Parts: sequence; C-alpha cells; structure tokens
Amino acid sequence: MPKLSPTMEEGQLARWLKKEGDMVSMGEPLAEIDTDKATMEMQALSNGVLRKILIQEGESAPLGRPIAIIGEADEDISEVLKTAGSAKPAKAEAAPEQPPEPTAAAAIEAKPGEAGPAGSASGDGRQPAAAQTGRVFISPIAARMANEAGLDFKAIQGSGPGGRIVKRDVEAAINNKQTAAPQRTGIGKPLPRRGEKGVVYGPSDYRDEPVSEMRRTIARRLVTSLGPIPHFFLTSEIDMERAADTRRSINELYPDLKLSINDLIIKVAAVSLIQHPQVNASFQDKTIRYYEHADIGVAVATENGLITPIIRAAELKALPDIAAEVRELADRARARKLKPEEYTGATFSISNLGMFGIEEFTAVINPPEGAILAVGAMAPKALVKDGQVAVRQTMRVTLSCDHRAIDGATGAKFLQTFKQIMENPLYLFLD
Amino acid sequence: MRDALNLALKEELARDNSVFLMGEEVAEYQGAYKVTRGLLEEFGPKRVIDTPITELGFAGLGVGAAMVGLRPIIEFMTFNFSILATDQIINSAAKMRYMSGGQFKMPLVFRGPNGSAYQVSSQHSQALESWYAYFPGLKVVMPSTPADAKGLLKSAIRDDDPVIFLEQERMYGMKGEVPDDDDFTIPLGVADIKREGKDATIIARSLMVPTALQAAEQLEKEGVSCEVIDPRTIRPLDIKTIIESVKKTNRAVVAEESHAFASVGAEITAQINEHAFDYLDAPVKRLSGADVPMPYAKNLEQMAIPDVAAIVAAVKEVSYM
Repeated sequence: MPKLSPTMEEGQLARWLKKEGDMVSMGEPLAEIDTDKATMEMQALSNGVLRKILIQEGESAPLGRPIAIIGEADEDISEVLKTAGSAKPAKAEAAPEQPPEPTAAAAIEAKPGEAGPAGSASGDGRQPAAAQTGRVFISPIAARMANEAGLDFKAIQGSGPGGRIVKRDVEAAINNKQTAAPQRTGIGKPLPRRGEKGVVYGPSDYRDEPVSEMRRTIARRLVTSLGPIPHFFLTSEIDMERAADTRRSINELYPDLKLSINDLIIKVAAVSLIQHPQVNASFQDKTIRYYEHADIGVAVATENGLITPIIRAAELKALPDIAAEVRELADRARARKLKPEEYTGATFSISNLGMFGIEEFTAVINPPEGAILAVGAMAPKALVKDGQVAVRQTMRVTLSCDHRAIDGATGAKFLQTFKQIMENPLYLFLD
Repeated sequence: MRDALNLALKEELARDNSVFLMGEEVAEYQGAYKVTRGLLEEFGPKRVIDTPITELGFAGLGVGAAMVGLRPIIEFMTFNFSILATDQIINSAAKMRYMSGGQFKMPLVFRGPNGSAYQVSSQHSQALESWYAYFPGLKVVMPSTPADAKGLLKSAIRDDDPVIFLEQERMYGMKGEVPDDDDFTIPLGVADIKREGKDATIIARSLMVPTALQAAEQLEKEGVSCEVIDPRTIRPLDIKTIIESVKKTNRAVVAEESHAFASVGAEITAQINEHAFDYLDAPVKRLSGADVPMPYAKNLEQMAIPDVAAIVAAVKEVSYM
C-alpha cells in the first residue's frame, strides 16, 4: 500500500483496474485507492504480470502492506506469498509512487534469487522522511529555505532518495502556504484598530483565490444535496449575562445612545469575522473571495419585506457609531430611502428574530455571501455553571454556512470566537 | 590549440631574451605534437634546445637556469615522463624560493600533454594534476580552449614561480578564436564561467570542459539549466567563483578525467562542503576516471573516462530527476 497523500496511514482498495494474470507495465494504472483525502490512482511500479491480488476491493491495508504481487509469468511466488501474508509490513514493502532505483521496485516485484522483500531496498520509498525512523532527512538548502519561510518541514513530504526533503518540496510547500487562507484563530491576538471618526468606508476590498480541485468537488457534490447553495447549520447557546450588563452599563453612561444587544452582536460578529477570514468569504465558482473588512448586512423587516442595509467595516467602528448607523439605516429602510450601495455587497449578514420571541431558527444565506447568523431571543434560562444550576440570560444563535466555501470546523471555530467574546464583551476593549 | 600554444611560445621568446625552450624533440623535429613548430628556425639552437632522453637531467638544468635569472620552458613529451623528473620538480623547483628565504625566484614552466590520448594504454594516459597541485610552491594550469591556452601560457612564462602547464593531447586539434594581441594574457587563479545556468553547476577542467558543455546543451533541452565552470588554474584555485555558482544553483557535479581518489575533484568537493554546505540540495556528485590503469582496448578506454551521458546522468541525479 503506497503513500498517496501526505497524511495517509491506510488505504482502502476502491477498484482493481487489472485482474490476476494481466500484463502490467511500469506507470500503468493498477488500482484506485481511497485515501483519507481522495480516491487516487495507483500506478504499477514495475513491469510484469499481476500474479496475485492480496487485498480485495473494499478491503483496507496500512501503508507498506503488500497489496499484490507482480512478477514473471512463470515465476515461483510461493515464498513471497508467505512473507506477504504476515501482518507486519516490512520496510521494503512500502512501495514508492515512482521507484528511484530498481531495488525499490522489489517491494512488490518478486525477483528470483532475491533475498526476499524484507532484506532489500531499505528506505528508498518515497515516504515522509520521519515515517520510519523519526528522523527527518532534508537537504541543507531545503532546511534553510523552510526555516526562512517559517515552515515546519516535518509536515513536508520529501521527494528525494529515502524521502529526503529537497529544495523543490520546500518551494512547493511555500507556494501552497501563500495560496492558503491565513490562519488566525483564537482571541489572543490584538483586535483590529478602531476606525477613525468621520471616515466613510466603501465596499470592502478583497482578494480572489483559486478554488482548489478538492474545493471544486465539494462544491459540485454538495450543491446537489440542498438547493443551489449547500447550507449547513451550526447552533450555539450563549450566556448573555455579561453582554446584557455591558449594554446596561453603557446605556446608563450614555442614555441617548440606546445601544441594543443587536448592535453588540454586529460588532462581535465583525470582530470574529476578521479573526476567521475563511467565514468572511464568498464562493465565486472559480475562486473563493476573502474580504478584508466585515461589511455586515443587518436584516430589517419593512412593510414591503426584508432588506439588509450594510454596516461597512463594522470591525473598525465603535459601538456608538454602529448603534447610530443601524438606527439611521433602518429608519431610511422603512421609508424606502436606501441607496442601492447601502444594501448590496455585504460580506456577512445577521438576522435577528429575537424581538418576536423566536428562540432559535435557521436563516437562508444571501448570495454571494458565505454565511448568515440567525439570532434568537435573549431570555432567562436555567444554565449549569460550575456544577450549579443558575438562572442566566441566554441566547441561541445559528450560523448558516455555504459549504462550498466554508467547512464545518471553520464555521464552528468562528462561532466559538463569537461566543467567547459575546460571553465576555471585555475582549472588545482589549484593542 | 596547437597553434595557440605555438603563438604564445613564439611571442614570449620574442619578447624576452631570457626565455628559452628545452625538451625532447622540441627543436629539429619541431615537437612530438608540433607545438614548437618553426621555433628553432626563428630563435636558433641557443634558445630552442633538444635534450637527450633524460627527464630528471633537463628538469634539473631548468631549475639551475631559473636560479641564475633565465626563464626556462621545459617541455615533457607527455607528463607521464615527468614522473622521472619529480625529484627536480618537487624537491627543487617547488621549494627553492621558500628554502632560500626568497633569494631565488623560480620563473620556470614545465609544459606538455597530460591525461588520456588515444589507445596509448596504462603508462601513457595518466592525469597527474593532483600530484603537482598537492605541493605548495607549484602553480598548476589546465587550459580548455585555444584562447585560454595562449593567455594562460603567456602568464605562466611571465610568472616568477614554477608553473606546471598541463595540455591535453586529445585537444591539440581543437579549433577556436584566439586574440592575436601579443600582450594578451589571462591571469592565473581566475576561473571562467564557460556557460551560465541556474539549476546545477558543473565544474570541469581540460578535456572535461567541452564534454560538460555538450552535456549542458543536452540538459538545456530537458529543461535543466547548467552552469559550467572551468577553474583553468588548479593552483591557485579560484574557489570563490565555484562557491558563488553553487550558492546560486544548489547543486554541483565535478567532472574530471583523473582517478577519483585524492583527486582535484575531491579537493573541490571538500571545499564546496566547507563553504557552501548550507546551500546544497544534494550531495556533490563526482565523476572521475575509472579506478583502474587505463585499458588499451578502445571500448574500455572510452568507458574509463566520463562522457556526455555520464555528466547528464550525474546532473539529473543531483537534481533528483
């Protein structure tokens, strides 16, 4: 069983493309193997006849376990069969994708007169350098480049002899890193600078990144499961005691402000989005668009229906500014006086039905946005805190995500940050 | 190449009366390989001198002449015969300046063909550069083009230290542009980048330079851009140019005609490891002559020296292709 993905530990035989007795030549597709990531085609590592299939379709085998024997048509394979039956994969049997030297092909090729699979070709297979011995083999220039790029080379798969990580592997890893979305999670990082007063923000800038093959497949498959946008939903219950206190305290200081919980939610959502740019994103068929700012659409019910005026760059704005802007936009929305640019082009939306006593609901994504947060009513509820039942203000929120752009864990991490800040709004002031 | 060397000798004999030429068959016969053609006629028997078959003897005469202020050029018919003269070359020429506390200069050139020829077998096909490069006090020069041959030989003759000037019999017929400027010299100790490239460095000298250039051309078609560096002078060695190239390409192949063990290639490899270790993407690959006395049979002789295919394969190996 060859290593077909960097994280693969075992593979399931999806389909044999050759049957016993077939002639195979090196490089010819031999089988399809399901790895943890995808179904991969495995190529024959040597010329000969497919003498014996050891792993049947649907069966799995750990890396290095012989899955078949290729040999001469008339060769005696009984010895090899005996060895191959044992559960312990011999080092030499870890078949490389492309044998750099003939000895490596001995892995599944039974040659007469050879000492047997266990004795030959140690370490010529292309596996992560650390796989067998725990030691990483890396060329000096590759180590230096990885170090300078801040890459952990233990995660890189080496393509040199014995799995040595060489320059081209690090170059490939650096390229991948540059195209991957930046990883920013947790609240430990400083929040973005506050926006200057009086600055008017236009629609958020963005960068478009190519949709990877995997992402494209996810998109294609999921879209058939639920409407044109494959939604999934994540719900979280939030202890709102401190948020309610914060709101009350601010309103006591500034009675004219009339800060609402929804204003706080907008701010917290915006700040969380900046920390999880993967959620502040839009699936654009060939690319995924990641926005720089959190332009939050706020659903407002009017007599004529739903409209979502936008708070641009909400992560940069102070709470009083958000409160004033929401109120002003909502008033004009009800008066049908919004300009198109004031209600189109949000990067994320919030829909709050709490005022109607709705405890929890799911919202439909407003394309091309990648997610929407449905906010339920805040109400006192019995919560277990530190093993004690306590009556706390709680609120349930449900995040709808476009699975083409956002995966479950990605959405969940965003929601975790949102909940964390919401439950302790002091984080907002650690700017 | 033959004519370029001849031109250098002629120009230097004309330029400086203290220069004279001595060796077996250099005068009447005009040189075993005709490098000294026409020189006896032009400069007379006092300056172009035939010797008996006594390498140790005339090498010693050269050392003595150099000590009293002349500038001898001693031709060995091939460097295989210099083995007989090594006591004079190593014990006298190489050390005289040092042991006399600088009182004697040693403006002496030993020149002649080195390395393989065509089917002259074990005793007449030896590449001896590592012998002479080993001893402090000698300069060792190995040209690979007619122009380099002219410029380097003139520098060697004008140099006040003893110079071992190693030609290559297979290359005497090589054609190339040569500046006819009679003051054209190439400084000793300066490598030449014969071809620029970015993916791998091939360090080659003498016969291996044209071979490496052919290999580089072939590799270019396969998408590998090779830099070919000719050190030209083995002592002093321009290691800086080599290191800079390896730092750029991260891969090095050292090709040489001589045997591998304790060779000049071994020295270059060691120095790359010392100075460019952090820049290497693969172990330095050495290609050397086979570790056997040179076979007489033509097919075996061919197999005993690195060829284009071997260099191509070596570059691919260090490029993980």
